[in-house]
Amino acid sequence: MAGLVPEQTADASGDGYRRIVGPLLLPTWVMIGIFLVLPVALMAVYSFLTKEFRGGVDWQFSLAAYDQFFLNRGLFGDEPPVMEWTYITIFWRSIWQAAVATALCLAIGFPTAWFIATRPAATRGVWLFLITIPYWVNLLIRTVSLKFLIRDNGPLNEALMGIGLIDGPLPLVNTNLAVQLGLFYSYLPFMVLPVYAAVERYNFAYSEAAADLYASRWVTLREIVLPIVKPGIIAGCLLVFIPSLGAFLAPDLLGGAKTFMIGSLIDEQFKGSLGNWPFGAAVSMILMTLVMIALLIYARTSAKGGAA
Amino acid sequence: MSDAIDIRRVVKRYGTFTALHGVSLAIRDNEFFTLLGPSGCGKTTLLRMIAGFEAVSEGEILLFGQNIAGLEPDQRPVNTVFQNYALFPHMSVLDNVAFGLKMKGMALNARRARAGKMLEMVHLSAMADRLPAQLSGGQQQRVALARALAPEPRVLLLDEPLSALDLKLRQAMRVELKQLQEDTGITFIFVTHDQEEALTMSDRIAVMSEGHVQQIGSARDIYEAPVNRFVADFIGETNLLEVDVASVSGGMAQVTLPGGHKLTCPAATDGLGRHALSIRPERMSLVASGGDLDVTVERVVYLGTDLQLLTRAEGGAEMHVRIQNSARAAVPQVGDRLGLKIEEGAARLLAD
Repeated sequence: MAGLVPEQTADASGDGYRRIVGPLLLPTWVMIGIFLVLPVALMAVYSFLTKEFRGGVDWQFSLAAYDQFFLNRGLFGDEPPVMEWTYITIFWRSIWQAAVATALCLAIGFPTAWFIATRPAATRGVWLFLITIPYWVNLLIRTVSLKFLIRDNGPLNEALMGIGLIDGPLPLVNTNLAVQLGLFYSYLPFMVLPVYAAVERYNFAYSEAAADLYASRWVTLREIVLPIVKPGIIAGCLLVFIPSLGAFLAPDLLGGAKTFMIGSLIDEQFKGSLGNWPFGAAVSMILMTLVMIALLIYARTSAKGGAA
Repeated sequence: MSDAIDIRRVVKRYGTFTALHGVSLAIRDNEFFTLLGPSGCGKTTLLRMIAGFEAVSEGEILLFGQNIAGLEPDQRPVNTVFQNYALFPHMSVLDNVAFGLKMKGMALNARRARAGKMLEMVHLSAMADRLPAQLSGGQQQRVALARALAPEPRVLLLDEPLSALDLKLRQAMRVELKQLQEDTGITFIFVTHDQEEALTMSDRIAVMSEGHVQQIGSARDIYEAPVNRFVADFIGETNLLEVDVASVSGGMAQVTLPGGHKLTCPAATDGLGRHALSIRPERMSLVASGGDLDVTVERVVYLGTDLQLLTRAEGGAEMHVRIQNSARAAVPQVGDRLGLKIEEGAARLLAD
């Protein structure tokens, strides 16, 4: 076998190449199988099973989970079905919250990434290191400390009252604003890092060429810089939007009943005896399907979009 | 008629480093003007100051009489062909060429038509819909040229635009660039470190070194009448011979050559004592007797059309000589002791 390897790799298109590469890829396939395909398949299967009372599932096919998501049959389940809006409202709120968090991260993250990428090469590493430092602390701890910062008698309100800017404390905790702040704080680096990677590769001669051809700074940003670093921006937006959509720590700790998000909804279904595993699985599947459809639509439109 | 560009005592400092030491030069309208010098001489800095990418530390730059120091790059009626072209990678060739016109507010159809014409001029009409990455280096170069010329700048700046091309293409582009400049009547300011490029295209050349302009003149001026060692050595090949100056008057010097022969030659200096004498290798001939210098042939290199000889004069100075390869003349042999006859007016006494 060992003696055959060089001969076979020499012919990259031959059968020998495929015989070698197949086994070499096996670990990758196993990893993808265990960590990607299996859990998703399990959730898909669970969503079509019957709920067991103390959590868990009965292996009996049922559409009850999806029925519960979309239809309201009254308190005892014996009324004619009408559209159920509760969960769709939660979905809509989550999408909105995640979108705002993404926009915030982009608004702050892009200038930050630009700033770092335009520092001398020797100091860029230091700035990137500073960006990642908060990640050495557990997300739960960071979210809780954020709550301490913004609560009624927390340092922020105390300081604002101290300098006389406000009379009473600003009610920040349990608001949409607090949740957005939490999401923004949690996911900002996921925006900064990919955008930085794109801006760092950007050739500033393009900006000079644009200025030379009578483009103002804003026009240069819009017509030249943004289109060229777009892949980094899209990667950053996806990395912020998708986890924000399913986040449950920030909404749980910083929000209240009115800021309930999908992540918390799913989280509840798998906790203790009040849970409903098939329903939690169904919500996850619906969420995943929505995200996939959105990505597919995006991929289609951006593939078709040509020059202006 | 006022000058296209008038550079007055311009200084450029980066921290404690001074890149340009009070450079003054005037570039005429419709001129093909070249800034020539080795890397680090300040030629690119000067070009970037004209374009507006670098601020002027001291002095002023006038464009057709107007001081442009306070204008941003996008407000200056000059366009640049960048060294690595800097074509916008996400735009088609046509959109690249039309970009400057779009920024100037030209309507879509008008700018497309004009960009199309520019592409025709550089023989790239067939490539209009391609992306820059799909073109060869030479084609990208032409697109960069078309893009910079499309808005009809009053002055076109070219930053070593040919340096990334291979030799054949470079030689072809020299002819085309010169032709284009004559056809459009636009003032070209061309930056290069390649003296051959400078000599073949330019109306006038400014030779730069270490932040100073050493000499400004036509190709013929700087080749035939270099003012100092740097220019004589940088432009073409030359022999620099240390000689004693006996007297200087009316731009002519009396010098004593190694071996004792006296010579009268044009002088770029009025100082006495020891100075360098520049003699081009092709301005000397070999004679059996009656030469200005007695030399021994040490090496003969056959170049086809020419023969290149390395000879040594009395006192040890090396003299390179280039003679035509002629069927009638005997080929000198290594070890021959011969005389070198310097053409009338070919030697030139240099300032340091």
